Amino acid sequence: MLGLLETGSGFWNALIWVIVVLLIGAIVYYIRNKGEQGYKKNTEQDKPFISGNPESSKEGSHVSASHIYWGFTEALRGYYNPLVKMHTGNLNDYSGWIVIIMALVLILVGVSG
Amino acid sequence: MKLMDHIPALIIAVPLLAAFLSPVVGKINKKVVGILAALALGFSLIFTIILAVKILSVGPQVYVFGAKSPSLTLPSGLKFPIRIIFQIDAMGIFMGLITALVSFLGAVYSLAFIDKNNGIDKYYSLLLLLAVSMFGMELTGDIFNFFVFLEIASMASVSLICYKGTERGEPVEAGFKYMVVSSISALMVLFAIGIFYGEYDVLNMAALASVIKYSQLDKIALGILVPVLAMKAGAVPMHMWTPDAYSEAPAPITMILVAASQASLYALFRVVFSLYNITLNTLVVGWIIIIFGLLSMFIGVTMAIIQKDIKRLMAYHAISQTGYMLLGVGVGLAVLANPIALPEYGITAMEGGIFHIMNHALYKGLLFLTAGALFYRTGTRDLDKMGGLAHSMKYTTIFFIIGAAAIAGLPPFNGFASKLLIYESVYRFNPLLSIIAMVVSILTLASFVKVFHSAFLGPQLPQFKEVKEVPQSMVLTMAVLSCLIIFFGLFPDLIVKNLVHPAVMSLIEQFKYTGIVLGGR
Repeated sequence: MLGLLETGSGFWNALIWVIVVLLIGAIVYYIRNKGEQGYKKNTEQDKPFISGNPESSKEGSHVSASHIYWGFTEALRGYYNPLVKMHTGNLNDYSGWIVIIMALVLILVGVSG
Repeated sequence: MKLMDHIPALIIAVPLLAAFLSPVVGKINKKVVGILAALALGFSLIFTIILAVKILSVGPQVYVFGAKSPSLTLPSGLKFPIRIIFQIDAMGIFMGLITALVSFLGAVYSLAFIDKNNGIDKYYSLLLLLAVSMFGMELTGDIFNFFVFLEIASMASVSLICYKGTERGEPVEAGFKYMVVSSISALMVLFAIGIFYGEYDVLNMAALASVIKYSQLDKIALGILVPVLAMKAGAVPMHMWTPDAYSEAPAPITMILVAASQASLYALFRVVFSLYNITLNTLVVGWIIIIFGLLSMFIGVTMAIIQKDIKRLMAYHAISQTGYMLLGVGVGLAVLANPIALPEYGITAMEGGIFHIMNHALYKGLLFLTAGALFYRTGTRDLDKMGGLAHSMKYTTIFFIIGAAAIAGLPPFNGFASKLLIYESVYRFNPLLSIIAMVVSILTLASFVKVFHSAFLGPQLPQFKEVKEVPQSMVLTMAVLSCLIIFFGLFPDLIVKNLVHPAVMSLIEQFKYTGIVLGGR
């Protein structure tokens, strides 16, 4: 069968996946069309509800890259602090890592028989 | 003598000739140099495809330089070959196809991308030399010849990383770092070659493979080659040159540098499978490669999440994706001597790892080109300064979505197919490894959601009101890569069956690699 990838434990066929996604999409679209018809463009319905607070400008509301996943990185500070420190940008450290890893691999290969 | 017999040499000769012609042609007309480079690499691509068809239908091919006949590997009753031989099996041509495609598309993308820069003739000359050296690393059957091509690749890469160095200092710094790291690795490779030559008096890899004993000296050579080639592939913790080099090189060069790193990865696999094979302690060396893979996957992706320079972020993802390849092939190596585990899941794990090399070259190439497109129009790589670019760069946005979905392993794109092979086979070796690989994929998706939101979504920013889509040649290159990603994702069976499986088997079946040169001795 075209597109059938045997994985050793099962199989994968992207064509079947695409057909299923299209079918589900069609069902979702049908259900959506059965929904509330009272929506009117360019009325109060268009405005976001932010608990009565004034709406900031569109340009000002864009969250920049540095602020995305702030919680994730803050929670993992214990992991990130040493990891970032390891990336010194110093060429001596780059060379040092090569020497350390080469020594480790040589020992492992040498003693493993 | 038919021209077809000389195709292995022509793959290299055509771009090499164009590399030396470029500065001359550049004196006459600078605009033509880019077209010359694209044409030369286009010919190489066609030759590579013809050779691939021949190898996959007839079997491995050899090309002996300087012999009466290109297939005369052992003239006058010699026991071992003495000439430089190109020895191309399914694995070699698999890598050759990646190099041919990526370098050709890189040259086409460059037509508009570096149009306004100085030193265009030198740029294309170096690009062609880089492509030649990558072909050489992948096609040669001589370990010293491999070292020579490795050096050419390093020199061309360093110069290309520094290409924008006349404008800013960072590219020069990145180039210098890459030069030092490459010099260390080249010296170490040369040292290992010296060990082999001193011990066995041969440099041909097939001849070496037939006599290698895994003596203490061979262990030292292996202990040098494995970490050094892993470093050139960008494996953690020797990866630190990668974000510097990838982020500072021009975008099409970064795409080619990814393929150049994969050529080193190929060399690593060639050494452990074709040279040593089951003479070495496969479990220990397999686990060393698996650990490189795990560290690369996890540290690569977690470092990527905190980056705000789009190319640096993508460079860390390149490290992370290399981890998948190391994991898949490492598992295959760990069970190489196990007659039950190898056919049950070892071969599938290797298929996943090797298939991921090609998939990665396509989607990471595409992603670096989209980053280049953003830089071309906005003049910045800082994600904090970008936003709302989907309003004005619609094609680039679509290409980015395709690339991001592929790298995150979302169906139906190509990344999913190779990752699925890795997950399911590696799970049977050690479930924890497979779970880590899946977590890394989720983090990859999270990271690219961040890039998508920062660069493309949101209102159109006032400073980018005038921004428009990139020139057609750049769009075309990204479109070709996108189409290939979708095709490989929809029909992965065609690629695995016709390209990946033969490549994996050519690594596993060492006797076929030695037999082609030594005549089955």
